[in-house]
Amino acid sequence: MQRIGVFVCWCGSNIAGTVDVHKVAEALKSEPGVVISTQYQYMCSEAGQTLIKDAIRDHKLTGIVVCSCSPRMHEATFRKTAAAAGLNPYMVEIANIREQCSWIHKDMEVGTEKAIILGRAAIAKVHLNAPLVAGESPVVKRALVIGGGIAGIQTALDIADAGFPVDIVETKPTIGGKMAQIDKTFPTLDCAACILTPKMVDAAQHEKINIYAYSEVAEVKGFVGNFSVKIKQKARMVDTTKCTGCGLCVEKCPMKKVPNEFNLGMDKRSAIYIPFAQAVPKVATIDPTACIKMKTGKCGLCATVCEAGAIDYTQQDSFIEEKYGAIVVATGYNPINLDKYDEFAYNQSPDVITSLEFERLTNAAGPTAGKLLRPSDGKHPHTLVFVQCVGSRCDVANEKGKSYCSKICCMYTAKHAMLCREKYPDTDVYVFYIDVRTPGKNFDEFYRRAVEEYGVHYIKGMVGKVAPQADGTLLVQGSDLIEGEQLKIKADLVVLAAAIEPDKSARPLATMLTASMDTNDFFTEAHPKLRPVESPTAGVFLSGCCQGPKDIPETVSQASGAAAKVIGLLVKDSLTCNPCVAHSNELMCNGCSACEKVCPYGAISYEDKEFRMPDRTTAIRRVASVNPAVCQGCGACTVACPSGAMDLNGFSNSQIMAEVDAICK
Amino acid sequence: MQVEKKEFKPTIVAFCCNWCSYAGADLSGTNRLNYPANVKIIRVPCSCRVNPMFVLRAFQRGADGVIICGCHPGDCHYTTGNYYARRRMTLLFSMLDFLGIERDRTRLEWVSAAEGAKFAATMNDFVETVTKLGENKRLEDLRCKKQ
Repeated sequence: MQRIGVFVCWCGSNIAGTVDVHKVAEALKSEPGVVISTQYQYMCSEAGQTLIKDAIRDHKLTGIVVCSCSPRMHEATFRKTAAAAGLNPYMVEIANIREQCSWIHKDMEVGTEKAIILGRAAIAKVHLNAPLVAGESPVVKRALVIGGGIAGIQTALDIADAGFPVDIVETKPTIGGKMAQIDKTFPTLDCAACILTPKMVDAAQHEKINIYAYSEVAEVKGFVGNFSVKIKQKARMVDTTKCTGCGLCVEKCPMKKVPNEFNLGMDKRSAIYIPFAQAVPKVATIDPTACIKMKTGKCGLCATVCEAGAIDYTQQDSFIEEKYGAIVVATGYNPINLDKYDEFAYNQSPDVITSLEFERLTNAAGPTAGKLLRPSDGKHPHTLVFVQCVGSRCDVANEKGKSYCSKICCMYTAKHAMLCREKYPDTDVYVFYIDVRTPGKNFDEFYRRAVEEYGVHYIKGMVGKVAPQADGTLLVQGSDLIEGEQLKIKADLVVLAAAIEPDKSARPLATMLTASMDTNDFFTEAHPKLRPVESPTAGVFLSGCCQGPKDIPETVSQASGAAAKVIGLLVKDSLTCNPCVAHSNELMCNGCSACEKVCPYGAISYEDKEFRMPDRTTAIRRVASVNPAVCQGCGACTVACPSGAMDLNGFSNSQIMAEVDAICK
Repeated sequence: MQVEKKEFKPTIVAFCCNWCSYAGADLSGTNRLNYPANVKIIRVPCSCRVNPMFVLRAFQRGADGVIICGCHPGDCHYTTGNYYARRRMTLLFSMLDFLGIERDRTRLEWVSAAEGAKFAATMNDFVETVTKLGENKRLEDLRCKKQ
């Protein structure tokens, strides 16, 4: 018989508010095996933990039940407490009477009754707990960063500076991400390229960083400390070791009518291209969908002009397999597709553009060499209308768009409006907004400068319709909620602050990594407040907009935060394994292989073992054996096993049955 | 002897996988989203850990409804666990239906760690459905009958 201690936590008034903790402690006292049952304001506090430790020693407890918050919150805390008092940490069970009881039930009687039942179930389970000893597994001292935007670059640089090798995988031909397309950054108005490109060069030249550009993650296997990743290097048709990035091929390429994705299709590039002047790695890439040689077999001009002999039309996709101890996801964001927004005439007029397109139009390296010109006729616009929250903060049940605030739009619109008035004082600039959200260092001051010093007209209200007119202008109809009137503005250029959404590559990647996502496809963090840079999957970390909308300073701080977590993992030589793994009872196993077939990790193998039979003869039987270092403890095998030989430590058949019995009693 | 007529409160056992649904249940608590106290959650590492035996045992011991919650297809922490659960439970539920345990007393639902609201809504709906069906007596074991 176990000697069990029950500790009921008040959690201040969080639990005690709707659960009579005294009554719970009293009721659980009479459960079999319980030698002490007590309550305290905060069990997780120093004093609470001391109370538990003293009780373990004084009453020679062999198991404890803590009735408190979710085990996802403090199971680890109380396991450490038990270990400190000499009790095996796996002899601890948590009854979740906060998240799953006191916080959802308002009636004291109902809450108390449920808490007692949950406590009973935990006691019934702990009776059947067995001490477990965790094994160890080695850590591969190498990190993988998926995504080469500012988030990925910063994470990689920080990890590499700590002395660990890092690989960056980027799907585009160059690293740099969205920040490379941006002109100026708020609220300081420093040039994005001037602060980003040195970091790109640092990453490229760092001896510990290896960049796989134009590559994708194809497969992920393994677990924390020991991931095995297959990386697909897409065929560039250019030998990156030979290409010097001279650009002669780009100049000579006869196919010059490919929409340039770097400038969001606002100008053309050639079929062989270097995305932008500061690209890293600075090597050419052939677009196989546009290249004449690839499509018809004729041409081959680039190969003739290339002095380095880097062009190779026969190049195929290649695969690399590498082992990593930690993986950082930094897949970033994209503005949403505005095809469905007919009211803003985005598809009807080239003069209705997104904010990212506006960035390119004002960028000195952009399609207009930095001059603000209308895409339709190349004339200088005089009246500009900015529309905020296009697709953000929508009622998703009834509308298209996203429910969340995209966070960065208020600030970049203020920046665009300000820059526009500064460079071209003859322009009239209107901004339609629902709210202006400027929390951040120097953000509100920046927005007020746009209004007060630069004379940008801010109008609270939404735009209902943008109608292209015969004279080439755009008639913007909107409401001014403060003045209570309908407005009609004849604009030359309309700029839409499109909502941002996670990159499309994130969803399949999440499946490969078994990292969870929210309903908007942003990666979920392990804890929304206390573990914001870790995913719930051990060894997978989050950096930048893949976790939620963020501006550059926030992205960089999260990137460094993720790097710190990775470094903390990689400095360890080995990790403690989860001891809650499957094991087979060899006497019961009949060697049928059912468990081996369902195991997603290949942790089960078969071996021939000698057994002594009842008639004193020996026989050799084939039995299952589980590799505890590989098993992740899902329990699929335990259900597949027809003889009941396979069981899971910590969640054994008898333990779960005991819980069922206690709940149904 | 006077028979006291009490409002029927079904006993519901919910098996929740540790990575998605248990976290979803926690989130509905964090957001203070109510669902009936009849629902008692048992934490399992994965929905594929739920042995059909556990479901049978629950009905035998007087549960009126059993719900199993796991990660959405494709999102399983163990890659394929929820697919196993789906296959097994489809078979088990139709067998139970054959035995006279109505199909509405059993349910398999996907709830992610971010779906606190879905968890509460699912539980409210399930309790309502089971309440309408009334007490489950089909598999009841008289040896463990409530006094």
